[in-house]
Amino acid sequence: MKFGVIVFPGSNCDHDAFYAVGHNLGQPAEFIWHDSHSLGSVDAVILPGGFSYGDYLRCGAIAKFSPVMQAVKRFAADGGLVLGVCNGFQILCEAGMLPGALVRNRGLKFICRELRLRAATTNSPFTSNAEPGRIYRMPIAHGEGCYVADERTLDELEAEDRVAFRYVDNANGSMRDIAGVLSRERNVMGMMPHPERATEPLMGSSDGLVVFQSMLRVAVAA
Amino acid sequence: MSTAAFPPEIIAQHQLTAGEYQKIADILGREPTYTELGIFSVMWSEHCSYKSSRIHLKKLPTRGKLVVQGPGENAGIIDIGGGYVIAFKIESHNHPSFIEPFQGAATGVGGILRDIFTMGARPIAVMDSLRFGRLDDPRTGARNRRILGGVVAGIAHYGNCFGVPTVGGECIFEPCYDGNPLVNVFALGVCRKEDVFYAKAAGVGNPVIYVGARTGRDGIHGASMASAEFTEESKQKRPNVQVGDPFMEKLLLEACLEAMKTGAIVGIQDMGAAGLTCSTCEMGSRGEVGIEIELDRIPQRETGMTPYEIMLSESQERMLLVADKGRESEVFDVFRKWGLEASEIGVVTSDGKLRVRHHGDVVAEIPNRELADEAPLYDRPHTSPPVPRVSGPRSPVDIQAALPALLTAPDICSKRWIWEQYDYQVRTNTLTHPEQTDAAVVRIKETGTSVAMSLDGNGRYCYLSPREGAQLAVAECCRNLSAVGALPVAATNCLNFGNPERPEIMAQLVEAIEGMGDACRFFDTPITGGNVSLYNETLGEGIYPTPVLGIVGLMKTAAPLTVPFKNAGRSVILLGGIGTCDETRFGGTQYAKEIDKQLWGLPPALDLDREKRVQSAIREIVAAGLAESAHDLSDGGLAIALAECCLGPAGIGAQIDIASDLPPQIMVFHEGPSRVLLSTEHPNEVAEIARKHGVEAPVIGATMEHGMEIRQRGMTLGSWEIAALKSAHREALETYVR
Repeated sequence: MKFGVIVFPGSNCDHDAFYAVGHNLGQPAEFIWHDSHSLGSVDAVILPGGFSYGDYLRCGAIAKFSPVMQAVKRFAADGGLVLGVCNGFQILCEAGMLPGALVRNRGLKFICRELRLRAATTNSPFTSNAEPGRIYRMPIAHGEGCYVADERTLDELEAEDRVAFRYVDNANGSMRDIAGVLSRERNVMGMMPHPERATEPLMGSSDGLVVFQSMLRVAVAA
Repeated sequence: MSTAAFPPEIIAQHQLTAGEYQKIADILGREPTYTELGIFSVMWSEHCSYKSSRIHLKKLPTRGKLVVQGPGENAGIIDIGGGYVIAFKIESHNHPSFIEPFQGAATGVGGILRDIFTMGARPIAVMDSLRFGRLDDPRTGARNRRILGGVVAGIAHYGNCFGVPTVGGECIFEPCYDGNPLVNVFALGVCRKEDVFYAKAAGVGNPVIYVGARTGRDGIHGASMASAEFTEESKQKRPNVQVGDPFMEKLLLEACLEAMKTGAIVGIQDMGAAGLTCSTCEMGSRGEVGIEIELDRIPQRETGMTPYEIMLSESQERMLLVADKGRESEVFDVFRKWGLEASEIGVVTSDGKLRVRHHGDVVAEIPNRELADEAPLYDRPHTSPPVPRVSGPRSPVDIQAALPALLTAPDICSKRWIWEQYDYQVRTNTLTHPEQTDAAVVRIKETGTSVAMSLDGNGRYCYLSPREGAQLAVAECCRNLSAVGALPVAATNCLNFGNPERPEIMAQLVEAIEGMGDACRFFDTPITGGNVSLYNETLGEGIYPTPVLGIVGLMKTAAPLTVPFKNAGRSVILLGGIGTCDETRFGGTQYAKEIDKQLWGLPPALDLDREKRVQSAIREIVAAGLAESAHDLSDGGLAIALAECCLGPAGIGAQIDIASDLPPQIMVFHEGPSRVLLSTEHPNEVAEIARKHGVEAPVIGATMEHGMEIRQRGMTLGSWEIAALKSAHREALETYVR
């Protein structure tokens, strides 16, 4: 399964995502520059963390206009798997590919901390390998990771089983403890915790592998 | 050029003495222009020229078998094997951080990061050594809290956005830093040995290229500001503090590393203190060539800037480079890809001069070598350091109450509130989180090697004895590294002192440098670079002499040994033994500070030879996999070290019983060095290794499921619930900050 890691000016978890899927998952990976109009022959796309275009204006607000995002939208519309982590999640929300928004953390401070999560559904290409009820440990590192949406949207997300991950320790104040959400077609997921930072014992946790292994299972089945 | 003798008040405003002015006129063979006067004033400022410290800095050891580059470049470089090197340095940004805490600290991070990647190395770790006034002081507390909050937010903002992990550091509070906080930032980067770049111009006719942010009026005379005492007027210097843009810096990093790969770059230097002035004349001087630039070609963000302003601006995120003639387009292509503005502003010449043109007219023409390397050199008079006060009445001894009081004291309590604001993990090389280990450990994915690093300084010790205090800082850093199993290999230093024109302050500086040099020679950790920050005084009040050491060590990549106890029923061993201490040597401790509210006597006694043996022993014990936890003794002595070992996620406690006749408060809280507390399932093997190194290693107790208890010859001095200690230690700083 070939992963494409999008690189915006200001992305800084691009190398980490590349290492996680390339080294720890053992799959081919390539970087895709922000002004590309095509994604080439990749099987899945990762929008990594960082501060795309400096995150001026609002996190992800400028990135959504980049040429590569038009290609990502087409890729998703064709059913391709798109994973947005941290700033990637913010971009997916800004681009309208996922509902809701990420605002300043409760407490107004950047937080870097390992948290406990649960997969809220296994009915998705990103969580199909997850064990229901199991605690997964993954770090967060963000200043604007508080997930908000209107009540109707939140109800809809839950009714459609589109909450992918929930915090056991909700450090940023996200509504209904939401840590990650799925698109209606379930092939796009955004999450604030960093699964790529938890992909080998030396990182302190390997729990993030569940996301990438789930994606891999889809590819193998396809 | 229009030149005329300047009136004394203009010369004084530029912080030049009459003698220095005369030297300028002699070098030029005429009176300087106004632009030249400005250029000399920044290059010959204390900050850029080290004119008060240079003759003493020569006493430091700078060579070693792993040293690829010592002092004199943007950063020191050490060979770590496997074809890779690390570049690292520490820098201060004290004065700007007092005037404007957020931007002052942010640009401090930005400056040191540029120093690293200008050498061709990608920054992979940052650490900070911070000093503030007391947060609970009724008079100054509110301001100190604001400075702390601003500095931490500034460091977080810059480092997090740039994408470098801030992996550790230290933070201390003393009234002497009330009007003069210290913000020392350490950065470390890695690159292949053959990819190192130097800040040297070469090749007559080669183009000089400017890249990065445009030049504005910010930061003019920043270097001179950092070379003067603070007065009431200093607050009006807020416009002298630069504004940082970490996104621009991130682009510069990626673009510079990519441009270096083209092979078309000859030399490169960042524009830091003294901006365009410093980068041009230093690159010219190192390459023994001249550089001619035309200011009209400098990208400017404001109109009507004078040559003086352009040359002295300290606008951030700018780099100067020399490219191979004919290959400029390869370099420009890379910068264009990253959306950066790059301009050819001049050319390398053969006459050794810095020639600055404005609208075609020459506005400055100065020999590079004299400007960059022949600044005045002062052997300032030094008498002896101030004699510490004698001890007054003491508080009654109550070990049971003293332990939680110390554990929640500002210097000792958890700094989680600070380090959680830093992304300490980005790049997925950080093998620990702060406070989990005695030293931060960052792996080099390419080589299977990890770099351990530690920052340490102790102003109280150095105030009592600058010489011994500096040695203790070296010893502590090396001990921190050894406790995670790393071999210390090289050092960088940041010397924070008061006004060197006062002989007793100069004495502190000289003694600290000599002490540090001796210790670094002894531990074989040459100093490969650093920074001197003098004039840390506000309204005549000097800080404690505060030399800060940053020492790096090497180890094989593996999960490092951490501080907390892991299992009940393990032997607790005090490697190095209980040690000795008397009243005099107790006066610099945290106990003296927090319980007796005093400072007296001398710092803890250090026996370098014993220290080295203890470190060799712990490294061997760690390498053999015999220890389950290890923690060196420092602030708060044995009792605090023991408590910190009990505060881990497993909540494992311990009971210890010390066979010593020292007074109880000295026995448990003295800060004698050369000691490491460890837990082990293999006490006999540990004892064997200790014996081999000639080190005491008494088993002083055992770990247990619940609680912590300290006894002296069977008599209980105190016992504590771990959960209560843990939450108090964890939450203390947040309550001070509120």
